[in-house]
Amino acid sequence: MANTKEVRKQIASIKGTQKITSAMEMVAASKMKKTQDGMLEGRPYSLKIKEVISHIASASSEYNHPFYEERKPKKACFIVISSDKGLCGGLNINLFKQVISKSAELDAQGIESTFALVGTKASGFFKSVGGKVVAVVEKLGDKPNPDDLIGFTKVVLDMHKNGDIDQAYLCSNSFVNTMTQQPKVEQLIPLSPEEDGGPKSQWDYIYEPEAKSLLDGLLTRYIESLVYQAVVENNACEQAAKMIAMKNATDNAGDLIKELELLYNNVRQAAITQELSEIVGGAAAV
Amino acid sequence: MSTIKINIVSSSEEIYSGEGTMVYATGSLGEIGVAPGHTPLLTGLAPGPVRVVNGSEEEAFFCSGGFLEIQPDLVTVLSDTAERAENLDEAEAIKAKEAAEKDLANQDATLDYAKAASQLAEAVARLKTIQKLRKKQ
Repeated sequence: MANTKEVRKQIASIKGTQKITSAMEMVAASKMKKTQDGMLEGRPYSLKIKEVISHIASASSEYNHPFYEERKPKKACFIVISSDKGLCGGLNINLFKQVISKSAELDAQGIESTFALVGTKASGFFKSVGGKVVAVVEKLGDKPNPDDLIGFTKVVLDMHKNGDIDQAYLCSNSFVNTMTQQPKVEQLIPLSPEEDGGPKSQWDYIYEPEAKSLLDGLLTRYIESLVYQAVVENNACEQAAKMIAMKNATDNAGDLIKELELLYNNVRQAAITQELSEIVGGAAAV
Repeated sequence: MSTIKINIVSSSEEIYSGEGTMVYATGSLGEIGVAPGHTPLLTGLAPGPVRVVNGSEEEAFFCSGGFLEIQPDLVTVLSDTAERAENLDEAEAIKAKEAAEKDLANQDATLDYAKAASQLAEAVARLKTIQKLRKKQ
């Protein structure tokens, strides 16, 4: 049986860990508030640009943008958004699993996959799994700057323009509530025209200066805003998941300490009993 | 008097949402005024002021670029960055302009000319917005 000193040492070490995890839980909780605010701040823009895009889709434009064009798919690009840091439960790995299964599904149809990655975790994962990585951006911080993502998004859009890819998917976690984060893989390109748009109406915009350059700019901006919004939302998911993971770790440490304390008392009691019986036995012998 | 619904959003926040009788913006081809019932129009925005007039009241914003969508009853400004004009700081704007001019003046191989030029255009537009507002007061 273990001796009391050993058990005491173990309890002290677990208590130390528990302190760390509970501190991390509190940090994550306060960051979660901030990242959620960031997510909400970006919403009006993405809602409005979505509205404008759906207006454009319902207009009978003289110019059809390549983002709407359904090509015969041969190559696809996955934009995978992950966190930079770990200790956030199964958040990243659940997403990667979905990406891999989707990629395998496309592979079965003869569509080749490439990856564009946001976050240290994704780049680490896809380095170990293998897979053609075309763009990586890391360490965007808790308050990502939209400018930092422009170059990243451009790589993917340029590949689409040059015909290197025919489809693009956006993979990230969506924030349902603090307890639940849902990994999702959505098709980004080709853009699906709004289902509820109804039949195409007859009107069209006046374009100043001209439709092509305007729509190019606007749709690029739209995709950028989708990617940015996904990054911000993923950030909120990360902090929420981290908070829950750290809370669980703290609770588990508490359980472990309780068990070990019980063991410690048992061991101590056994030692005392043994000593007593030795003394009693000794006295009887005399 | 008929009004038009106006939304101004930037990538990080909602700047303005409300009704107005008239909107003035700096389009990429020049200034445009939008009254209710305007025909649908889509244009880029050049750095400059966006003004919302509602009766006798007027609010001004600074946009450093973006897009403007007009529907007969709705104006949407998708700004790259927008600031309420009251927040504009003239000293800051002059400093930015000077820095941009200096950058343009000593062009060496490492300088990104296009970036410097756009910075200068933005700083000048910012100054213009401030000065326009000053005149009115």
